[in-house]
Amino acid sequence: MSSMPTRGILAYGAYLPYWRLNRASIAEVTGTTAGRGHRSVASFDEDTTTMGVEATRTALAGGAPAPEALWFSTVAPAYLDKTNATAIHAALRFDAAIPAVDFSGAARSAVGALRAALGSPSRTLVVASDLRVGRSGGSEESEGGDAAVAVLVGSADEGPLLAEYLGGAAASAEFTDRWRIPGEAHSRTWEDRFGEQAYGPLVERAWADALRAVGLEAGDVDRAVVTGLHRRATARSAGALGVAGADDLATEVGNTGAAHPTLLLAHLLDSAEADRVVALVVLADGCDVLLFRTTGALGAGRPARTVSAQLGHRADVPYGRYLAWRGLLDAQAPNRPAPSRTSSPAALRRADWKLGFVGSRDTTTGITHLPPSRIGILGGVADDMEEAPMADAVGEIVTVTVDRLAYSPSPPVVFAVVDFEGGGRMPVELADVDPDGVAIGDPVEMTFRRLNSADGIHNYFWKARPVRA
Amino acid sequence: MASHGIIDRVAIVGMGCTPFGERWGMSLDDLIIDAAQPTLASVGMVADEVDAFWFGTSQSAASGIALATPLRLTGKPVTRVENYCATGSEALRQACYAVASGAYDSAMALGAEKVKDSGYQGLNAFPVPTDGTNRTLTAAAMFSLILPAYAERYGVDEDDLRYAAARIAEKNHANGARNDLAQFRREVSAEEVCEMPPVAGRLSVMDCAGVADGAAAAIVVRAEDAHRYTDRPLYVKALSLVTGDSSGLVDPGFDFTTLPECAAAAAEAYRQAGIADPRADLAMAEVHDCFTVTEMVLMEDLGFCERGTAWQEVLAGTFDLDGDLPVNPDGGLKAFGHPVGASGLRMFYEAWLQLRGDAPADRSIPATDRTRALVHNLGGYPGEMVSFVGIVGREPG
Repeated sequence: MSSMPTRGILAYGAYLPYWRLNRASIAEVTGTTAGRGHRSVASFDEDTTTMGVEATRTALAGGAPAPEALWFSTVAPAYLDKTNATAIHAALRFDAAIPAVDFSGAARSAVGALRAALGSPSRTLVVASDLRVGRSGGSEESEGGDAAVAVLVGSADEGPLLAEYLGGAAASAEFTDRWRIPGEAHSRTWEDRFGEQAYGPLVERAWADALRAVGLEAGDVDRAVVTGLHRRATARSAGALGVAGADDLATEVGNTGAAHPTLLLAHLLDSAEADRVVALVVLADGCDVLLFRTTGALGAGRPARTVSAQLGHRADVPYGRYLAWRGLLDAQAPNRPAPSRTSSPAALRRADWKLGFVGSRDTTTGITHLPPSRIGILGGVADDMEEAPMADAVGEIVTVTVDRLAYSPSPPVVFAVVDFEGGGRMPVELADVDPDGVAIGDPVEMTFRRLNSADGIHNYFWKARPVRA
Repeated sequence: MASHGIIDRVAIVGMGCTPFGERWGMSLDDLIIDAAQPTLASVGMVADEVDAFWFGTSQSAASGIALATPLRLTGKPVTRVENYCATGSEALRQACYAVASGAYDSAMALGAEKVKDSGYQGLNAFPVPTDGTNRTLTAAAMFSLILPAYAERYGVDEDDLRYAAARIAEKNHANGARNDLAQFRREVSAEEVCEMPPVAGRLSVMDCAGVADGAAAAIVVRAEDAHRYTDRPLYVKALSLVTGDSSGLVDPGFDFTTLPECAAAAAEAYRQAGIADPRADLAMAEVHDCFTVTEMVLMEDLGFCERGTAWQEVLAGTFDLDGDLPVNPDGGLKAFGHPVGASGLRMFYEAWLQLRGDAPADRSIPATDRTRALVHNLGGYPGEMVSFVGIVGREPG
């Protein structure tokens, strides 16, 4: 470690989906007690990969350098066997030489990836994403949440660090408190009190080792983000550290599993002052403690789209619709043919368009073509096109309709013709809208979504959504 | 480079059309035979005496074999054509050119579609393998984009425009109710249409064409031979086809208040036929009313009225059966039904009945000295469309 320059966080960005589930609406259906507040809900067209793309876009929007490695961690991967990080890699148009790999399976993989990146010599983008599902009426459902967070880890010589990594420690132990067999949709848990006593000494050990490793006392730590899927153990540990805690977002978001450690860290960094020591304490099959010190670069370097802003940009989804989105309610689809599977060769040929949302601009006429075209609509000269990346373009609705007949995983389809600032037109589906709340002239931005799935192939492409805060 | 047209070189001498509708008991082969037989009988021919065949079907079959087999055509050139919902008129266009070229003395165009075997409402898209980024919107939704765009451009209240569109459904259902072959033979008021729940934008299911099974056919011969088959042939005055390059979906200049391919096809047809004022020169028109708003903007694109005024002309009854220019006197796609490959030929069938004075009295267009009829048939969507315009007349010259 001593030979390496100071490591830390170069950039970060969080993504909270637009939708919330009011916990009271669960209780109305299940007759259980589901608590107060809301949990975040990925829309029907989102998964951990699409949320990972959105978080990464937020993290890199401020001009941070591209990563040298992309690590994606989730408990709810869209694919097994096939890598999911490559879709994020493609959507962000990273160079082919950048390795994109998954850290999937256990919730601890996410903080493990972050720890590994902090200890690695490469500038590494660590994306954690999770989509928490539980049985109806249970605490896994009501207390869970969906989110993704991207953290760009690197060295001080690669750009201003927003937070320096001071060091940390870990403790591991094998005990069966929370588990899920591959293929199962839900996790199971042991009696609460067991985990509480099992985690206690592990947190104490890791916390003491971490402080010793960096030469600090508990009193030197300004804030501790203590999180884990075991609520009782987490609360008890947080209280035992003797350090002020951070907002755990339980009331407004829920516990977002693999994404939660960096989501809470991002939320803290969104408003933290310079030169503060921040501890990240994660309880998952042991304990990971990571210590950071914020820098003067944080004020200018934090993302424009904060967690707080996204907390305020939301709409409630009815419980029945939520269940249908997660495949837990067998909802009637429109009586239309379901889409056929995406052709893998066609998708690969057009990966720049499909995943990167890159059109073509006619160098003769200046007209942007979406999708890309080899011959322009007014030019006539073949192959006089240049790339036109449009993922970050803002557009305006020219005309709009609601299609109550078309196939959709969640009808109706809201669809608009969008003209982009600086040129380019596209008829495109809208995401995260109330069908009655869209009007000609509304500004929209692009968002990476999963249109549908057929034969186990997820069809990723872009939609437009109302411009968010 | 020039488009010359073939005015008065070819004539339609025989036609036939099956009832359109949900023909649960009829196969594609049955429909083909039931359209071909009366068509051949009307000119006293058997299939073997026809020199060549063009078979239009969009989604029901592939290749000419699908026509040759049920009709047991042996040793004949049979070609299957497809051009979206303009498939039927495309089959006729090919047959006319084949005869005009001198290659054949006679040709049959037959269009047929069997859509009700799929188990789904509406038409079904081709399952061509793609990258998954193509639109999957319904045609109803694509055409529904016209209404708010038109309201915005011309400053018309959306409710007023919505009522005018419903008035088109009322008109076409009134005509279809008097047509033995039509799918829907029930009148409906504009008010009833307006009260129905929307399925796409402001459009209700009653703003949409009926989805039907059916078939229609025509036999064409050289104009100079026409009177050997009938004393009342229809002369082909114009055949125009314009295929768009989908630029409306790319070009911010396109505003969804017009169908430029249709306007261009009409202008070319009027040039071929020598028509200066279609509103005054045409006895009637069959137009592609796949949706009520489609017919509305077509009234402007086909030059029947000034831009921005179609909705008022509709309300004034200009295009009613007894109006200044009757449009869709057979009920149109709206009430007659829309078997994709057959519709273009069905439109010619109505021109055939009306110009020859064979239409039933209760839906005959008013007596007129106008001798020509227009057929407009389109395929695709606003912004990406093929459009056909044909003109036929009962007199040469």
